[in-house]
Amino acid sequence: MSTPTADLPALLFRGATLASGDTADVLVAEGRVAAVGDAEPDLARDARQIPAEGLVLLPGLVDLHTHLRQPGKEDAETVETGTRAAALGGFTAVHAMANSTPTADTAGVVEQVWRLGREAGWCDVHPVGAVTVGLAGEALADLGAMADSQAAVRMFSDDGMCVHDAVIMRRALEYVKSFDGFVAQHAQEPKLTAGAQMNESELSGVLGLTGWPAVAEEAIIARDVLLARHVDSRLHVCHVSTAGSVELIRWAKEQGVKVTAEVTPHHLLLTEELVRSYDPVFKVNPPLRRESDVRALREALADGTIDTVGTDHAPHTAESKQCEWTVAAMGMTGLETALSVVQHAMVDTGLMDWSGVARAMSVAPARIGGLPEQGQADEAGVPTVGAPANLVLWDPAVRRAVDPETHATRSRNSPYRGMELPGAVVHTVYRGRAVVTDGALAEPVRHPAEGSAA
Amino acid sequence: MRHLLDTADLTRPEALSILDTAGEMAAVNDREVKKLPALRGRTVVNLFLEDSTRTRISFEAAAKRLSADVINFSAKGSSVSKGESLKDTVQTLEAIGADAIVMRHWSSGAARQLADSGWVRSAVVNAGDGTHAHPTQALLDAFTLRRHLAAEAGRRPEGTDLAGMHVVIVGDILHSRVARSNVWLLALLGARVTLAAPPTLLPVGVAAWPARVTYSLDEALEDAPDAVMMLRVQGERMGGAFFPSAGEYTRTWGLTPERFARLCARPGGALAEPLVMHPGPMNRGLEICDAAADSPRNTVLEQVANGVSVRMAVLHLVLNQDATAPAPPAPAQEDRP
Repeated sequence: MSTPTADLPALLFRGATLASGDTADVLVAEGRVAAVGDAEPDLARDARQIPAEGLVLLPGLVDLHTHLRQPGKEDAETVETGTRAAALGGFTAVHAMANSTPTADTAGVVEQVWRLGREAGWCDVHPVGAVTVGLAGEALADLGAMADSQAAVRMFSDDGMCVHDAVIMRRALEYVKSFDGFVAQHAQEPKLTAGAQMNESELSGVLGLTGWPAVAEEAIIARDVLLARHVDSRLHVCHVSTAGSVELIRWAKEQGVKVTAEVTPHHLLLTEELVRSYDPVFKVNPPLRRESDVRALREALADGTIDTVGTDHAPHTAESKQCEWTVAAMGMTGLETALSVVQHAMVDTGLMDWSGVARAMSVAPARIGGLPEQGQADEAGVPTVGAPANLVLWDPAVRRAVDPETHATRSRNSPYRGMELPGAVVHTVYRGRAVVTDGALAEPVRHPAEGSAA
Repeated sequence: MRHLLDTADLTRPEALSILDTAGEMAAVNDREVKKLPALRGRTVVNLFLEDSTRTRISFEAAAKRLSADVINFSAKGSSVSKGESLKDTVQTLEAIGADAIVMRHWSSGAARQLADSGWVRSAVVNAGDGTHAHPTQALLDAFTLRRHLAAEAGRRPEGTDLAGMHVVIVGDILHSRVARSNVWLLALLGARVTLAAPPTLLPVGVAAWPARVTYSLDEALEDAPDAVMMLRVQGERMGGAFFPSAGEYTRTWGLTPERFARLCARPGGALAEPLVMHPGPMNRGLEICDAAADSPRNTVLEQVANGVSVRMAVLHLVLNQDATAPAPPAPAQEDRP
């Protein structure tokens, strides 16, 4: 079996625009970023020349929040199809949430997902371990065994369900400290959201849909940041969706609480007004909120209160979306549109520059997830020389209408269907190999056999 | 009118057109031969995915009086538990030959989804969707109110609205599709609307509705109502901590004998004798006392009769889209091959 770096052609991105705004040639050789700027002439001459004028070169994107649906819901997504979508979206690492069937609450399941990710070879797949057995919120899952497994799990989440019991949450926060893990909370007070269908607002009253009040998210975040402070552990807040949550997280960070937070692309762009159509493609959890929430989330991402963009890519089959709103599945696909949405909502609005994008979509999530081989860049988002070559080359100038039928994900539940969004991935370089070239899938990385060095 | 999904979608001329057409249908219902050939050869499917015998037989009577063929399809429970999707169900019904689908559904928005889905070409009439809308109920309520208002004013109801009337809607606004559709329609027709309910049974954001909100029924009754519309208290709300007990509900928001006596003792703003309305079925002794239920002021049975006329008008208008009044038998357009 070949090693991942052997037989890899060197790549020279000529005249790429770096996140810092500078223009430079970037050389990738032997799986690493060999040079930014002055490259050794011999190496540069032999490399595959890739014209990159006008294109933005970013460190490969890292998603802390992906649903790959395998095992159990392979009709909606598999690790193979989901990581193809990730690569096409510019991601070089994704975290696969634990709400599979069976639940990823044992070493066996997380190792299975980890192995499937290695076999696919489109990006790194880091399984997220469940906090509680079966996501039931009652008994701690095999946290230590998952941490010690080949998957080396550090991120634990019952995502989809809230760890609502304060004692269980406290114990989980405490326990994961022994292996520098962290708990990613899906903040949703369950009783306040029984049967909830959309954001609770003037609109939910008019539409006759049971409301999901902002306080159900904010109450849990308030409790959890206090718990995290009390036991001095790391908390990550998934898919922050309200202006009030932003205020709580801002306060907690000022207090020195070890809390990080993510926002989804759809909460940066879409509002509850879309629910007027009763089209279940807009049904998601947490729900789409108000325009004022969208504004607050954008500002919080720009100023760093929210650390990262997590896609919450949630593929669903057609039949679970082509049905009545109240029984439709919650969730939206997002891997293949995330960077376009972020450019549209954050960069084109002047709220964030490309350095900010590199921070929020690569450097910060890699740091939170504890991934030393991802998100390696300086403060301006310029890739670190010598680091594993995980990169994405992005064309910010193109605009295209989203067509979910062309997406690599197995599911078609994109809320952006027909919407014109800016930007497109040109190349994705994963561990030194261009797994996406000219916007199309090329060859995956062939990892060495299991048991050898990862 | 292609579909009837909610009163919120109606313009004032459309609403008046339905009510005026219903007036002509009511004249038919007073004749010895209660039948018009308007929908001969057309098929109306009553697709009832939630129990409602009253609304179903009202639509059935309406369709039959217009000479339509009627197919009743009732299935309780969700499409999921039934094992067939709504899409498959309605496409099956259309393959059988449906021209209009009258749908009662447990999911808010189901009628709009069906109309927008492209699954069927049939006209869609919303016979109640979840806690969202019940437009024919609101139309029959408005029709009933308008008749009383016109009689009081000594004029014909055609072309008139509800300006000058004050309607108080009492009870579980939060879960009531009847209340929602009534608020939009009554306001559209110029009536003043007051909602009287415990705060737990009012939706968040209700302040933005075209209605005044009060937590006191007694206060609302002091404000010269022309009609008090009592909503049914659903049994399943009892356990949900929406109010402490049935007894407290009745004492505070029920139309008790004392409140009914006060209502009868004074004129409304527009009607000398204020009305008691109820979408039925009534919970006697809970939201409404026997005296009010059995009073001549109570329009419950009149509402039922008017319901047939209003539903005839709606079916006629959605199936003969260019028509504004009962047309000659030949269908105005045939959109099926």
